[in-house]
Amino acid sequence: MAVIFDKTKGLTDKTFHYCPGCTHGIIHRLVAEVMEELNLLDKAIGVAPVGCAVFAYDYFNCDMQEAAHGRAPAVATGIKRVHPESAVFTYQGDGDLASIGAAEIVHAAMRGEKFTTIFVNNAIYGMTGGQMAPTTLVGQKATTAPLGRDENHAGLPLRVSEMLATIPKAVFVERVSVHDVKHIIQAKKAIKKAFQAQMAGKGFTLVEVLSTCPTNWGKTPLESLKWLEENMIPYYPLGNYRSPEEVR
Amino acid sequence: MAAKVIFDENRCKGCELCTTACPVKIVVMDKDRINVKGYHPATVKEMDKCIGCASCARICPDVVIKIEKEK
Repeated sequence: MAVIFDKTKGLTDKTFHYCPGCTHGIIHRLVAEVMEELNLLDKAIGVAPVGCAVFAYDYFNCDMQEAAHGRAPAVATGIKRVHPESAVFTYQGDGDLASIGAAEIVHAAMRGEKFTTIFVNNAIYGMTGGQMAPTTLVGQKATTAPLGRDENHAGLPLRVSEMLATIPKAVFVERVSVHDVKHIIQAKKAIKKAFQAQMAGKGFTLVEVLSTCPTNWGKTPLESLKWLEENMIPYYPLGNYRSPEEVR
Repeated sequence: MAAKVIFDENRCKGCELCTTACPVKIVVMDKDRINVKGYHPATVKEMDKCIGCASCARICPDVVIKIEKEK
């Protein structure tokens, strides 16, 4: 018998603290598998966010740094400029990246900082208990929007990938999902291309991954996968928004 | 084409995502047992039907599953 699937060396043996069925675990594994496959584990430096993924530094088997809330792109900028040969990535949620860290991500992209951002969008603030995020869908209930998001009061959800794709030095921008095996495989391909584009020195690279939050959505893990597919994908269309010649 | 699914059972949180990914529907939750975390762990009772596609392992959010397959 040959082993055809086993835990990647890119992850430590520590058990994830995430809630049952939370797809953060899948996304962690994909990033770790890509780093192992591209032989980057020895020169990778990750930057963890504030949010549910705050303990990411315990799970990735490479050098890690914790950043203040939303400031992972600023920290990654410093790391990559001092260690240009290293593979630098930030792993950020939507509360971290799209709200308090919106300025940092826009300006890191504008300057064309050569790192990769893994942007996990689950349309809600997870760690703090289910408040409305910039990415919460219209009508979606949150603890700070008990009747559902009202667009006349809170505006429309922010489409981060589309926004960043307008920036010339954001050379790779793709939105993927992890709600079924087919999309998980596509998500991994996108993450791989983003790291390849980074290592080719092309510019800023970002992969937005649609993710579930069963606990704060008030749904079972299986209902959450269905809810993501039926509600998030129509508003957040999957696909590649920017891609350099080298990784097409 | 014999294949085998191996569960690191005490990492399982009973989310059931793997049960939906299996094309031959052999991954089930073991309602007769609980693991150290207190969940009914995922298991396979009809291992001879496994085709070794690794779909369950790819959707598992907690890296519980290892797959072996005869070449």
